[in-house]
Amino acid sequence: MNPIDEANHEALQIMLKADPVLIDVVSAEQAIPALREGKKILHAGPPITWKRMCGPMQGAVMGIAVFEGWANDLDDAAQRAANGEYEFHPNHHFDAVGPMTGMTTRSQPLMVVENRTHGNRAFCAINEGLGKVMRFGGNDESVLARLAWLRDVLGPLMGKALRSGDGVALKNLVARGLTMGDEMHQRNVACSGLLLRALSPSLARASTDTAVLADALAFMGGNDQFFLNVAMACGKSMMDPVRNIEHCCVVTAMSRNGTDFGIRVSGTGDQWFTAPVEMPEGLYFPGFSEADANPDMGDSTIVETIGLGGFAMGAAPAVAGFVGAGAASEAALFTRSMREITCGENPEWTIPSMDYTGVPTGIDIRLVVETGLPPTINTGIAHREPGIGQVGAGVVKAPMRCFTDALRAFAQLEGVA
Amino acid sequence: MQLLEHKPVVINVGLEGFADELDSQDVTVVHLDWRPPAGGDAELADLLSRLGS
Repeated sequence: MNPIDEANHEALQIMLKADPVLIDVVSAEQAIPALREGKKILHAGPPITWKRMCGPMQGAVMGIAVFEGWANDLDDAAQRAANGEYEFHPNHHFDAVGPMTGMTTRSQPLMVVENRTHGNRAFCAINEGLGKVMRFGGNDESVLARLAWLRDVLGPLMGKALRSGDGVALKNLVARGLTMGDEMHQRNVACSGLLLRALSPSLARASTDTAVLADALAFMGGNDQFFLNVAMACGKSMMDPVRNIEHCCVVTAMSRNGTDFGIRVSGTGDQWFTAPVEMPEGLYFPGFSEADANPDMGDSTIVETIGLGGFAMGAAPAVAGFVGAGAASEAALFTRSMREITCGENPEWTIPSMDYTGVPTGIDIRLVVETGLPPTINTGIAHREPGIGQVGAGVVKAPMRCFTDALRAFAQLEGVA
Repeated sequence: MQLLEHKPVVINVGLEGFADELDSQDVTVVHLDWRPPAGGDAELADLLSRLGS
């Protein structure tokens, strides 16, 4: 085995041996102390300036600035952002991830996933539900009021409930979700239910107010995508230990900010390889069309990076129809094609309808470039204007240029370019 | 000579259109979905080779 294959094998083993556990919900400034200083706004995707941000991302920035008390109103926030008053950084630079716009600021509650094999932690905000939400650029009073409720009520309650036990082990939960039709990106129905089932007793014990408890249970139980953010923190906790392995060309992160798509590769450290993000192809909710769509966005591609989402489409035939990717019977083809660009399979995350094939795991940039098969990503589609929300769901390809640029940089490091 | 006396059995490599054409003429054909490494980009193919791919 050559040094690159050995390093990639090591990366795969690190991923497979990960033991991610949801252990807490804490304020972002507690999870990420760097957020206490300055007016830092963490966002999805690779680094980006205010000027280059898409509409929903700017809308979310404006909203979160008002939420944090850093602006009097949305217009004031936009002016201050343009004047350079806020610092923008990717979530990925602070052990965090966020869906769609991915706003993370100091007072938001973050779910904490600990990878007990490696001792590292990863963070993600609580999913806000569907409709008008900040992750799709929503920023009106209803959006900010929900964020305040998450900060003041649900976050502390979930944290108290989680701290009262040993956390929720996610590896087995995801494995069960795969057998129940989830792929953990556009379908989280089963895992959201399983998580709620696991947490309900401790939520009930932690609560001193039945009305609050009822609200919390109704919110979690009424959101089919509640688990998405947990899966994302799970993915981040699994991939971070794979970073910076010499000779390794496994992808450690894929992410989009609505303008650029970026990837990071283990052997090239924390360098981003970026290219213009592509438009998803998919289905639109009634009254909307491709003309309304914003280009692809969010850190949620961390779930594809660990072999879920588009890579696990075979487990979720219903998703193939939902995202306009073809007939249910074609779902397995997505998973099979992704196996052509990965180092291996995950024997613990299997797909019953594919004879218990493990999900394709560990994206090797060499295989992506060689085959010309970019990673397939299942994604939600945001309206291009801030404040409107989700308008559809679809499939998008990672831009090949990210991988060819990464390959050239990796080849230079290996001394063969 | 056999080719002229018997119906051919074809393995088609690469362009699927050739296989479709033969199939429409009732010729037994197996299509192999193949494309040159890196889409035929010589520079990238050379790098891939050096990287053990």
